[in-house]
Amino acid sequence: MPKLKVATKVATLVTALAMGVVPAAMAANISGAGATFPAPVYAKWAETYKAQTHNDLNYQAIGSGGGIKQINASTVDFGASDKPLKPDALAAGGLQQFPTVIGGVVPVMNLPGFQAGQIHMTGKLVSYIYQGTIKRWNDPAIQSWNKGLKLPNMPITVVHRSDGSGTSFLFTTYLSMSDPKWAAGPGGNDAVNWPVGLGGKGNDGVAAFVKQTPGSIGYVEYAYAKQNHMDYAVMMNKAGKWVSPTAANFAAAAANAKWSGAPGFYLLLLDQPGATAWPITGATFILMHKKQTDAQKGHDVLAFFDWAYKNGDAEAQGLDYVTLPLAVKNQVRKSWSTIVGPSGKPVYP
Amino acid sequence: MAVSARHVAARRLGNVVFVAFCALVTFIALAALALILYSLIVQGLGGLNLNIFTKSTPAAGTPGGLINAIVGSILMCVLGMIIAVTMGILGGTWLAEYAGESRYGTIIRFLNDVLLSAPSILIGLFVYEILVFPHIQVRLFGHDIKIEPFGHFSGLAGGVALALLAAPVIVRTTEDVLKLQPIALRESGVALGAPVWHVIRTILWRGSASGILTGALLAFARISGETAPLLFTALNNQFFSWDMTHAMASLPVVIFQDALTPYPDLNRLAWAGALIIAASVLAVTIIARAFSQEPRRS
Amino acid sequence: MSTAVNATPTARRTTPRGFALEPVFEGLCFAAATALLAALGGVLVSLAIGGWPALSRFGLSFVTGVTWDPNPDHETYGAAGPIVGTLITSAAALIMALPVAGGVAFFLVELCPTILRRPIGTAVELLAGIPSIVYGMWGLFVFAPFFATHVETPLMTWAPPGSIWETLFSGIPNGSGMLAASIILAIMILPFMAATLRELLNTVPTQVRESAYGLGATTAEVVLKVTLPYIRRGAIGAVMLGLGRALGETMAVTFIIGNSHAFPKGLFDSGSTIASTIANEFNEAGPLQSSALIALGLVLFVITFTVLALARLLLRSQVRA
Repeated sequence: MPKLKVATKVATLVTALAMGVVPAAMAANISGAGATFPAPVYAKWAETYKAQTHNDLNYQAIGSGGGIKQINASTVDFGASDKPLKPDALAAGGLQQFPTVIGGVVPVMNLPGFQAGQIHMTGKLVSYIYQGTIKRWNDPAIQSWNKGLKLPNMPITVVHRSDGSGTSFLFTTYLSMSDPKWAAGPGGNDAVNWPVGLGGKGNDGVAAFVKQTPGSIGYVEYAYAKQNHMDYAVMMNKAGKWVSPTAANFAAAAANAKWSGAPGFYLLLLDQPGATAWPITGATFILMHKKQTDAQKGHDVLAFFDWAYKNGDAEAQGLDYVTLPLAVKNQVRKSWSTIVGPSGKPVYP
Repeated sequence: MAVSARHVAARRLGNVVFVAFCALVTFIALAALALILYSLIVQGLGGLNLNIFTKSTPAAGTPGGLINAIVGSILMCVLGMIIAVTMGILGGTWLAEYAGESRYGTIIRFLNDVLLSAPSILIGLFVYEILVFPHIQVRLFGHDIKIEPFGHFSGLAGGVALALLAAPVIVRTTEDVLKLQPIALRESGVALGAPVWHVIRTILWRGSASGILTGALLAFARISGETAPLLFTALNNQFFSWDMTHAMASLPVVIFQDALTPYPDLNRLAWAGALIIAASVLAVTIIARAFSQEPRRS
Repeated sequence: MSTAVNATPTARRTTPRGFALEPVFEGLCFAAATALLAALGGVLVSLAIGGWPALSRFGLSFVTGVTWDPNPDHETYGAAGPIVGTLITSAAALIMALPVAGGVAFFLVELCPTILRRPIGTAVELLAGIPSIVYGMWGLFVFAPFFATHVETPLMTWAPPGSIWETLFSGIPNGSGMLAASIILAIMILPFMAATLRELLNTVPTQVRESAYGLGATTAEVVLKVTLPYIRRGAIGAVMLGLGRALGETMAVTFIIGNSHAFPKGLFDSGSTIASTIANEFNEAGPLQSSALIALGLVLFVITFTVLALARLLLRSQVRA
């Protein structure tokens, strides 16, 4: 088969050439992996950063758990997680953690005849729905919070996430905080033993199921709810006020939070005080080794995030993220002095 | 002894039913293809433009393309296919020609089928464990030298994972097709004084070229769309890179990530990428078949 | 009359070098086959090592238990749901795809006009070239709504209350569930089986077919009673290809199966498969959960082993020399 032979030879040549070419870039080459929630904004920042400084930052969204695994294995330069690691986990891995951006989780629904922002929900109500205790939309419990609305006699189809995710972590932890029965049952985690309902893959899968199933309820990240024009619920926050999921209300939850009292920046922005604070808010975090084996690499990573803090706000907000308050950013910068190189000196500045 | 007319009529009816069934299911299969292609083309064309082939994958809101993913996919698929075709044809030949009914042959045949059914994610995990996870260093002349590509994600690892997925398909189809070649072919070759391997190379392989090619094309079609194994081995790369010893972009992973974002421009890019994969599998199939000689049927 | 054999020798004289390379070639082939064995062995060993923590902790209840709880405070992993889901969806997909694949192969070889043969054949093979994630997305966004309105809702409304049909057709009528996933899976494995069967049918010598036709057999009889038994052994191989794909398929299934770890009670109920569970949860899994997922992969290998072994026993009882 002479033609096959020629084709094989050509292919081998191409591959050999490809492998032989060494990247000539003298610029920095940083790799990171982890949470899917901030992936779009990290990608955006990396693009602009490369245009301005010619440094490559390659971030890949493989999930928070994957990010934690990879940074522990040191196969990447930094990891990213939607779920903050507790201080003892940080100490065990020799890791340092800091937040970058903030987002919110929004309960969405598909109720024919009703629009976004009409239905009122509390955390406990959502918990009962997700446990299957409340089965129909016109249940007296739901009706009591929605006086003046004639809710239909439809069965509630519960939609949750099939994959583990930081979004689920925030949602289920909030349910645990709102309802002791949920805390004793499934609990708060990025994947739980869901009592009822079907699982969609990713925020996209949940959004699709909710949009296609009348009478369904689900939860998605704010960007998905906004981009897909989904009907969201209005929720009661800690201050007892009804709030809508908007960027301003996520920022309110972050602004009132006590970051300075949180070692390792371990802080869940759930059920935060404040009249306009959205109850299901959360930050996303970066993980780095406290002791860097390559001081230059460590420097490059922190240089990127410093740049992002200074210049990345507009782009983040354009993608429906909420940026950290300046005070928190400065706190983070101060904490970077504990990231040291092989010689023991801080890698940044 | 006349055959009863009723019996003949029954056989004829059975024939009509059978023919109708075959035509019907072919129509169903083609209809399914048409429906899926329709969605793919409608969505994918919306995202196709010249940028696809000149720019790398963008962040949301920036115009961009897929060239880094296309190049990465080509490199890794070619690497995977080279390994798989070599191992597959040789292995399938061994099973068909040399193994006979030996115990070892039966075991390999059986385990090949098991490997065939392995979820691609587990193969990816295995390659991760042996190629990506271990940091391998040697101490030479007082310096620690890192052995690439161990210790981080790489296009090479991705190619190896794809090869492990493609090889069992090729082994299976090669063995099946070779076994169905008439023994007379082998005997005539050997009778002319040629050594067995010469007979295999010139007569058997040539005779079953169409079947072996089908196996290779099926394997290529399979690995061109695989996402899970690449996630653990090659990861992905936002920027353009020829370097196979580091993380590489690939179309399936880009599609997977972009399709699940809420941003419509990235979704369009994902569909365009899917269309490119399907179109290239079609192109490779057509080109490869044009090169091979189809045996004549009467 | 020595016209046949001329002055130039017709057969090239084989030099001793040809024979000397014989063991080299055989050795290469053997090495390739053994390399595959080694790869599989490596996969199994790494799975066993990775899955040991979960298996040793849960023992048999890993396979029989129904609760899958990843919360680290009270972790427990029972994989009966995904195991049953895998078996049901794969079997259903195979049952639906095999007749179609066979029909397509027979159509292309016996009945199709020659001009159309190549285009239709290529078209069917094109189904194999569509990335599996496209199947998943098409399944979720296009097929599911159609399935919900035109199949699920009518059947669920028709089913007489309290009858077996009601249980069979129970579930959520939004186009997701076990049956929907099985159908998508069937479409996915169809081209592999069809292409392989077609190749096998093409290897049947024309004399065999022509002699059958000459005896007055109808097309159906030639196909079913002559060519099919001839390729029986290879046909099992084609089925294995399809089954293998069905057992291990991830993306296409996970979008549409509903991903509930409980036992599905009806055709339209949500379920899960081993491959989709692993793919869904692996990235975010903690240490024990990772181990449980890897153990789940090991279980899938055991299932594959068993199914293939059964198939071989079946084959051995029927095959002639």
